[in-house]
Order: sequence, then C-alpha cells, then structure tokens
Amino acid sequence: MITLTDVTKKYGSKKALDHVNLELTPGKLIGLVGENGSGKSTTLKLIAGLNYPTKGEIKVDGNKVNRKIAKSVSYLSELDEYYRFFTVKQSIAFYASQFADFNEEKAYEILRFMKLNPNDKLKHLSKGNRGRLKIVLSLSRNVPVILMDEPLSGLDPMVRDSIVKGLISFIDLEKQLVLITTHEIREVENVLDEVVAIKDGSIIGHHNVEQLREEKHTGIVDWMTEIYG
Amino acid sequence: MSDIFQSSQPIYQQLAERMKRQIIRGELSPGDKLPSVRETGLEVNVNPNTVQRTYRELESMEIVETKRGQGTFVTENQSTLDSLREEMKTKAITEFVQGMQEMGYLDEEIQSGLTKYLKEKGETNA
Repeated sequence: MITLTDVTKKYGSKKALDHVNLELTPGKLIGLVGENGSGKSTTLKLIAGLNYPTKGEIKVDGNKVNRKIAKSVSYLSELDEYYRFFTVKQSIAFYASQFADFNEEKAYEILRFMKLNPNDKLKHLSKGNRGRLKIVLSLSRNVPVILMDEPLSGLDPMVRDSIVKGLISFIDLEKQLVLITTHEIREVENVLDEVVAIKDGSIIGHHNVEQLREEKHTGIVDWMTEIYG
Repeated sequence: MSDIFQSSQPIYQQLAERMKRQIIRGELSPGDKLPSVRETGLEVNVNPNTVQRTYRELESMEIVETKRGQGTFVTENQSTLDSLREEMKTKAITEFVQGMQEMGYLDEEIQSGLTKYLKEKGETNA
C-alpha cells in the first residue's frame, strides 16, 4: 500500500508536484501516465525514498518513506546505467549481495524467459537486452512494491512485448504492487489494473481500467485524449 | 496479439466470450482443465487479475467449475452446454437480423437471402 498525502515537491521555485493525494493498493499493476515533465519520475523517486517531498507525507505499508525504504521497494531507473565490465551473471550476483530479499532462482528463471546469456558482458549487450536485464533485476526482488520508470521507452516492439509478457509472468499479484510510468499506452492497455494520469504536477484522474471500459466505454488512449484535451 | 480485444469494452467480458466460443467449437471439451490464470494471461497478453475475473464470471454462469487445489474445468453438465450453444446462436442471429433491419431489409428478404446463401455455399463446398 502506498499513500501520498498532500505532497508537494519543488525544485527551486518550480513545482514538480503540487498537493498530490494518492492511494495505491497491493495486488495491482498500475500505470502512471502523463507528458514529459508532468511529474511521473518525481513521484516514483519520492516513493523510492531517493528524494524527499518539500511538503506532505509519503508512506509505504504504513512506514514513512526515507532512504531505508529500499528494503521494501524495488526501483528501476529510466537511466541506462550499468557496470559495463560485469557479465549478466555478475550483475545478478551483485544484486543478490545488495538486497537480502533478492531471489536468484527467480532471476535465472526470468533470464531464461528473456533468453539472455548469463556469460555475456553488459557492454556487449544490445539496448534491448539491457532493457530486458533491468526487468530481470527489478522483478527478482521479493518486495511489496516495484517501481519502474519507463521500462519500455526507446525499445523495439519485440523487446517491449517480451517485457510486457515478463510482467504478466513474474509479478506476484497476490502481494505485489507494481507502478510503472510509460508513454507506450497501447502496449500496456490490456495489462494495467489501474491508470493514474498526471499533468503539471497534479493528479487529474485515477481509474480502474476495466471500470473505465464498463462505465464509459472507453479505453485508456481515448480517456487520455479526453482529459488532456 | 493485443488486437484481439477492443480497448473500449471490458476485457474480462471479451475474454469470456472468446472462451465460450472455444467451448462451442470444441477446442475446449467438457471436463477439460483450463490453463492457469497466468498461462491464459500470457497467451492473450492480458493481466492475470482480469483473467481471474473472466474465470469467476464463467463460473457464476456454471460453464466452468473450480475444484479446490486442482484448477478450473469446463463443466460436464450437458444441459448447461446445450443452453450455452443455444444462447450463442440466438445472440449471433439477433446481431445479424438487427444489422439487416437497420439497413431496411424486410423479414422475407432476410429469410430468402439466407436460404439462397446457404444453398449456394453448400454447393460450392460439395
């Protein structure tokens, strides 16, 4: 469970988030959508404890977020950072050494699913395979909250499809809450439980996606066109 | 693959329709075990929570039944399957007739047109 209560985040005089209230419940795959600079990445970083709100409070499973929240939150950055000299196998071992909840067995299972070679050096991987590896690393942690910042961005359709299938296969929807930011709405249209739309630092909509279809006969793309007008 | 569903209608209903058709066509036989929620999700690129809802929906219609610890199975109750077959037929006919009537065709025209079509189709297939 994630709650943001009256959260404002300023960078200098610029408001990245403006009095945001949000409640997200476990067992769901939730999409955070919005234009570039709308506050999506800021929201994820605040939940991950990588940055602090200027005002307001954020809680994960009842605990106020600080840097220590990393033990219950897995965060996948949008940046393509990695240790170039590591092999895939070494990256997994490194993550296992950093996080007590890291499940190596699951990591190798996802690795096989993604058809990655454990002995390849990261610097020799294609961008698509680096994207796949990031998914392996973030989904292998046994944590209640997984945050993914733009996991599909800049990747070709085949890779995006394998990542969406990876989400379907390896998220534990009995327990986990997965929050992803994306511009690739069509790709995730059928796999999101909920969608949250953000604009200029404010939440302008939060829906159960099936309910949106049932009550308003609209999918996410049309809904967004409507609210962003 | 994600194109098999319309994004403007609930996916759980569309998936339920799809599975009913599979049962009527015999792709899923009475007593067959349905794939797990995750397997079906993976096959049609749909959230497992949505697939779960589809299974519950089919269960409430008694088309499938969940056996504790074993999985979900297509019903072996023949009268349920017969009425499903009948219901799907009526639904398809209703849609067809409505479409024809909206274009202004009379009942006799629809009937004779259908008879002619089936006859010709029967000849080409023979």
